[in-house]
Amino acid sequence: MSEFKTLVSNLFSKRNKALLRELVVTDFKLRYQNSALGYAWSLLKPLGMFGVLYVVFTQIFRFGDDIQNFPVYLLLGIVLWTFFIEATGGALQSIVARGDLIRKISFPKYIIVISGTISAFINFLLSLMIVLLFATITGVDFGPQILFMPLLILELYLFSLGVGLMLAALFVNFRDLSHIWEVLMQAAFYAVPIIYPLKLLIDNYSGTLAKIVMLNPISQILQDMRFSMVTDTSLTTFSVVQKPIAYTPYILTFVVLILGGMYFRAKSRYFAEQT
Amino acid sequence: MTENMGSNKITEADIAIKVEGVYKDFNLPHEINQSLKQRLLSPLKKTSIEKQHALKDVSFEIKKGEFFGIVGRNGSGKSTLLKVLAQIYVPTKGSVTINGSLTPFIELGVGFNPELTGRENIYMNGAMLGFSKKEVNAMYDEVVQFAELEKFMDQKLKNYSSGMQVRLAFSIAIRAKTDILLIDEVLAVGDSNFQRKCYRTFNELKEEGKTIVFVSHNMADVERYCDRVVVLDGGNQLATCEPSEAKVRYFQLNDSSQKSKKESSSRNKFVRWGSGEFITDKVQTIKSSGKTSSRFSIGEDIGIKMSFSNISLGDNQDLVVGLNITGEKNENVIGPNTRNVKLNSSMRELVLWFKNPNLNNGTYSISVTVFDPSFTQQFDSIERPTSFSVSGDTTEGGLVIMDNLFEVIK
Repeated sequence: MSEFKTLVSNLFSKRNKALLRELVVTDFKLRYQNSALGYAWSLLKPLGMFGVLYVVFTQIFRFGDDIQNFPVYLLLGIVLWTFFIEATGGALQSIVARGDLIRKISFPKYIIVISGTISAFINFLLSLMIVLLFATITGVDFGPQILFMPLLILELYLFSLGVGLMLAALFVNFRDLSHIWEVLMQAAFYAVPIIYPLKLLIDNYSGTLAKIVMLNPISQILQDMRFSMVTDTSLTTFSVVQKPIAYTPYILTFVVLILGGMYFRAKSRYFAEQT
Repeated sequence: MTENMGSNKITEADIAIKVEGVYKDFNLPHEINQSLKQRLLSPLKKTSIEKQHALKDVSFEIKKGEFFGIVGRNGSGKSTLLKVLAQIYVPTKGSVTINGSLTPFIELGVGFNPELTGRENIYMNGAMLGFSKKEVNAMYDEVVQFAELEKFMDQKLKNYSSGMQVRLAFSIAIRAKTDILLIDEVLAVGDSNFQRKCYRTFNELKEEGKTIVFVSHNMADVERYCDRVVVLDGGNQLATCEPSEAKVRYFQLNDSSQKSKKESSSRNKFVRWGSGEFITDKVQTIKSSGKTSSRFSIGEDIGIKMSFSNISLGDNQDLVVGLNITGEKNENVIGPNTRNVKLNSSMRELVLWFKNPNLNNGTYSISVTVFDPSFTQQFDSIERPTSFSVSGDTTEGGLVIMDNLFEVIK
């Protein structure tokens, strides 16, 4: 417990805060450098992507005709998934990419991973605001359940960070991981009910499959967010799986975060020699 | 330990850094086995790993306020030791105790990004050194002024010259408010004006009582600043001593390595051709006393001693030995031969003397060729198997010194 305390106080120490800030700011600056529209791209890009998806999934593949506010429902899923991919993919590369820094200066290495996930997180929040705007325009009726959103966002961030820490440390020794992870995420994209409604799974296959799908934190967060922000008719983990087992994704989030953090900590002592 | 300084008893509180029995090994896999597939397909196959011992049992103490040097040749473990002190590397065995705050940088300009402007890089590098944005704001003008880069702050770093980058990095680094600074080979760059500035800063830091650990090849710098020095060779701690003694040790190291290099090169590395019927075994330079030496002062007699072997040339065959003495730029200086001496193949040793030579300061190489008397066939020709140096106190330029006389006409 005292170790956890020092970890938290280290995280917010003056030096580490300044470092984290500079890393995030630099990342943003460099990303939009030399482009005519600059920072506007961080809003324009998701907006453009939404446009494409909206046309494809409301005009061509009409999976969600019986779902209230399906466009918003879909966009929220895409935004969430984009964040998860960006955060974990960025974290995976982060330690190796910053090898030059690690070999020359001693500082807490997790700052690198956190800075990478925070950049993705800022993009996520911006996109989320667009979704919110879109929802308001299309007449989504927000209920009090929207107050769950901050908690769900936090859960999503912590889960992604846990996965990211583990990937970043693993990638130092196993360079195949980047390719494996990409393919894995491609599969996961279809395993999680992002572009199709969960109900499709229950109707066409079995309830068991839906139950299994709903036990991973990403599906749980996604459906909870949809429930909280788009329509309270959304199926959540609790409505698909019975009580004690339904807690699994929440527990899993913390298990992944703690395991990821511990593994990263143990390995980080030798990053300077191995990157 | 060698650094018990007589009556001055060292207490724990006076120690800034304590290094005890530090070993550092690196595992160098022979075949880099980093892909998962290889591991999955042959999980039992052990990769052959070579252990490289970068540091072997290094122990010393650095007192507070001391200017401490680390010297050694390339690959001696200097940088590894510095990285262990900076807590970038974890020692394999032994311990490092740091008493006080330590600037964690090893190299200047860590985190510098060529795509950012000078201004942005100051904030980035400042954050690396532990400054908050407010603190960097406060010291910003001072940093820019010291680096003499007022006009360039809004340009991207990639458009800076290397000297400008170092100046900027150094200006930030010396503002780190820590008790212990680790500095690796900084003075190698920058013009003489900036170097003087660095010297002044070092003296100031020294007066402020900061502990400085300084890694360098340059013995002149080490002698000028350091109070004590650790000399490393192949990861071993040769000595922990005063700079003057370290200097002797360091030059001994360089000498012995050069000697062994020269010996190996005289065996196989230089250019050699010819029929091989009669060959030159050895070429050495000697003093008039007969002692082997490669260093001469201006005007001192130089002897070139050669030994030969007759491989397949008949007895009493006439031959000529020709020498070529070349300067540092491979220009011919003198080219004597034995045409007038009448040598034959029973000859085994030969000395060529230059009496009171007029050679100026410089390094000269010797090439030796064995010909038949008509110079049409070369039995053996070796190019620059050995060299010697001449040094002395003179302001004259050129390869040779001749008696000269200036006359004022008008």
